[in-house]
Amino acid sequence: MINIKIDGTDYQVEEGLTIAEACAGLGINIPTLCHLKDVSQDAYCGICVVEMKNARILPRACITKVAPGMEIQTKTQLVQETRRMNLELILANHPLDCMTCDKDGECALQDLAYQFGIKRSIFLNDENVFAKEVKTPWDTNPFIKKEPAKCIMCKRCVDACANQARVEAICVANRGVKTEIATPFGQPLEETTCLFCAECVQACPTGALIERTRIGKGKFKDLTPTDTICAYCGVGCNLKLFKDKNNQLVMARAINSKVNRGRACVKGRYGYEYVNSPDRLTTPLIRREGKLRKATWAEALAYTAERLKEIKDKYGPDSIGVLGSSRCTNEDNYVIQKFARVGIGTNNIDNCARLCHSSTVAGLNLALGAGAATNSLEDIFDSDVMFIIGSNTTETHPVIGKFIKENQKNGAKIIVCDPRYVDIAKAADLYLPHTPGTDVALLNGIMRQILEHKLEQGDFIAAHTEGFEELKKLLADYDLEKVSQITGVEPELIKRAALLYGGAKSAMIFYTMGITQHTTGVDNVLSIANLALITGNLGKRGAGIMALRGQANVQGSCDMGALPNVYPGYQKVDDPAVKEKFEKAWGARLSAKAGLTVTEFSTQAKEGKLKAVYSMGENPLMTEADVKHVREGFEKLEFFATQDIFLSETAEIADVVFPAAAAYEKDGTFTNTERRVQLLRPAKDKPQGTKYDWEIVCELAKVFGYSMNYSGPAEIMDEIAKVTPSMGGISFKRLAGDGLQWPCPTTDHPGTVILHEGGSFKRPNGKGKFHAVVYKPANELTDKEYPFILTSGRILFHYHSGNETRRVKAIDKFVPRNYVEINPEDATRLGIGDKDMVKVSTRRGSIEVEARISDRPKRGLVFISFHFREANVNLLTNPALDPISKIPEYKVAACGLEKIWN
Amino acid sequence: MKKEIGNVEIIIEKWKGIKGSLIMALHELQHLYGYVPQKGAQQISTAFKIPLSQIFEVITFYNLFKLKEPGKHTIAVCLGTACYLKGAPDILNELKVLLKVEEGGTTKDGQFNLDVVRCLGCCGLAPVMTIDGEIYGKVKKNEIKDILAKYKKKEQK
Repeated sequence: MINIKIDGTDYQVEEGLTIAEACAGLGINIPTLCHLKDVSQDAYCGICVVEMKNARILPRACITKVAPGMEIQTKTQLVQETRRMNLELILANHPLDCMTCDKDGECALQDLAYQFGIKRSIFLNDENVFAKEVKTPWDTNPFIKKEPAKCIMCKRCVDACANQARVEAICVANRGVKTEIATPFGQPLEETTCLFCAECVQACPTGALIERTRIGKGKFKDLTPTDTICAYCGVGCNLKLFKDKNNQLVMARAINSKVNRGRACVKGRYGYEYVNSPDRLTTPLIRREGKLRKATWAEALAYTAERLKEIKDKYGPDSIGVLGSSRCTNEDNYVIQKFARVGIGTNNIDNCARLCHSSTVAGLNLALGAGAATNSLEDIFDSDVMFIIGSNTTETHPVIGKFIKENQKNGAKIIVCDPRYVDIAKAADLYLPHTPGTDVALLNGIMRQILEHKLEQGDFIAAHTEGFEELKKLLADYDLEKVSQITGVEPELIKRAALLYGGAKSAMIFYTMGITQHTTGVDNVLSIANLALITGNLGKRGAGIMALRGQANVQGSCDMGALPNVYPGYQKVDDPAVKEKFEKAWGARLSAKAGLTVTEFSTQAKEGKLKAVYSMGENPLMTEADVKHVREGFEKLEFFATQDIFLSETAEIADVVFPAAAAYEKDGTFTNTERRVQLLRPAKDKPQGTKYDWEIVCELAKVFGYSMNYSGPAEIMDEIAKVTPSMGGISFKRLAGDGLQWPCPTTDHPGTVILHEGGSFKRPNGKGKFHAVVYKPANELTDKEYPFILTSGRILFHYHSGNETRRVKAIDKFVPRNYVEINPEDATRLGIGDKDMVKVSTRRGSIEVEARISDRPKRGLVFISFHFREANVNLLTNPALDPISKIPEYKVAACGLEKIWN
Repeated sequence: MKKEIGNVEIIIEKWKGIKGSLIMALHELQHLYGYVPQKGAQQISTAFKIPLSQIFEVITFYNLFKLKEPGKHTIAVCLGTACYLKGAPDILNELKVLLKVEEGGTTKDGQFNLDVVRCLGCCGLAPVMTIDGEIYGKVKKNEIKDILAKYKKKEQK
């Protein structure tokens, strides 16, 4: 601490602070236009000047560090006059159109002009009094608008693009009076590297940059903000959502929380719009004479309960399947699994996590004793090497992608293994393009090299693991040459990856569907666990295995026991002690038989064993592999009911549809990819006629004859805490702020940042287990008729089956249709040009889709996203399942390509 | 005048991996084309792993770099103090009128570029202008038409 004097008063402040920071801590206001902490700190505007004793000039408070004995004046006439003059200069070219400006009320420049009472800058050029339309490179994109006249050249947007978004799409061009914020070579913004995360808009202190979607939707004073959690991917970004006077969401801001550090992506920033859609369901629907017709809640509930009861009585409880949802809250999922288990009496409860991370839950559980990501997002910044495999991070988890790039700038290295040269691969220090489905071979090859170069952590292996010898024996088979042959990766690259990962002090692994969605999904995950264990990269900061979760509550829906083999907190249904505990807690007899997975629902339905399905917000008829057969199965059901916010592809064939509230209208909790339970708050009122998901289930249960009564999500969470040891200390009261990371067993436990800390694993004997995993080829291989490998996945702009993002006008305008990425060499060979229509066929069906010639897929590989119902890639995907996790092989299918027309 | 893209690759090979070599590479790129074309800058961006936006900042910071293909002949009028006092503004104006072009611009037919410079180091000859490096001293307004005609003629031959 050092002593300084501010405005004549003595203070003790921390050393190393700037004058502005010191003053902020003391409640002394120092105005600024350009300073944005950790983002933009270049001292451009000159508004923060202060007077300092014995200084020649008026120093800028934002960049001048405090020093012992410093005497500062912040309010003298000289200070005020200087600030005023700088402000007059900034206002010289600013149009005076606050009346119609969308930033009115949220504009730092307006506030200062008001504060200094500047009605008309003494430098004002009369020509610039009124706003003029000028052409800019921002004119042709649907997301961001630029009004150059309002720009004060504070450079915050450029810094936000470089330091937060990490894409560096925009820059400061030219010099002197001609200086401007520009795109490289004046190309339209959409042709730059811009990903439309709009960090630049959030950083802009004036109306120069604004979300195009917000224009004309109401003045800032008329918008009501609510802090809640983004409903898209599993990062769990904290957002501030604004609703207008008509109960419509019109704007989103990223909150500077522990999770997302003030960042968001295009979906977080613009994707809320679907909740305003006129397509929202607002009345229950019952199928009568083959058509879904409006019904009252009482009718729909009575009819559903009656049919379910009928089927249960006739065929037994296991003839009914229930689906929870990774898009719904923990409370919703807890209630629906309880209804399935107690009300209906079956363990046939599953959710769409089956289709993304069931391999992770199974694999990491076998190896480490807990099926969740081991470390936290804040840990990324402590890692030296980031090993990314099968993850298109910047598109599927954009904010984590930004963190990874930021950590690279701090000196860490990135290794990317992916068959596609995705954006994060372009940023990588090492890029290994392996053939889809050869992950085990590649990882075994890397481990073999680690052993050869003696980079394994012998002490860690001896103290905290078992099964190393078997693995070592197996690895003898995976020499460089063989692995290179299987994977198509040059031997040198495999060796260098091993040296880099193995030589790191702490290395973190990131993976997603590229690992899990295979018939060898669990094997792949086990290999990843092997790699982390062999190098001791577990249970410490900056290390670990980050299985990045794809949906807002994919972690939570599994934690809540919306799975056929476990109760909440992964307590096994076939463990008699556990069963007894839950029978006591829930006051009912429970089934000891593990239930069916969602991927088995359709086959069982087809065989006539499953008779009814009740689903909460799921859309399997779009998202399951080989969806044509899934549809046939569901169509054979005697009864199918669903609750949803839209009439999804699945809801279209239902017998009963209940209208539900959307995530942005809910109270409740989501658990993000780092096990952090976070509070949702309703940012707008739910539409009239809809009910909350948990509420619908409770009301149905009551009519069904099993009474569940909760006053609200908080009470449901209290019950969850009672029956789930790892969440025993969690209650809504404690979740305000940053939330809590489970395990959090007691009410005074601070939550767990790092799992398996110090090598104490969650397996019964406390040790991590190596599994000697043999490489098995993908289920389907290419042949003459189907010579290409088709891999499916997400793109940045859309999400899931598209029911949300395709109802966001700006997003759907920007990416309105599906496409197939084809390597230029393959395209030339087949005579396919960019934007040609091609027919893509597999053994299961074919779709027609536009071609996009791209250097991303390697030769022989094509990629199609699964967001578009008009060209649904899941008509093509392979339904072959992983034997343990029952996940389908979405990532590898043999396909043929055929040009239809130009 | 356009060279094959292969030459850009030679430039990249020469400077890639050398710290602080961006400006040198851009220099050579401009030498190759007479200006910095976007495609070439993009190639350098990819090879050097420097964002195109940063390269654009550099290009627009220095007067030397051109973003547009220049005219065949470059006229530079000196507006340094001596030339200024000796009537260089009139010379500049006359050129603007005759060529129908603004400072820094290129004539519609792509023949001339009109640039302004500060002092060519031969103040004794003020006012001075150069065309393609050839110096014209003590220029009078009424001589300009003939001087330009020389270059137009050269072209026709």
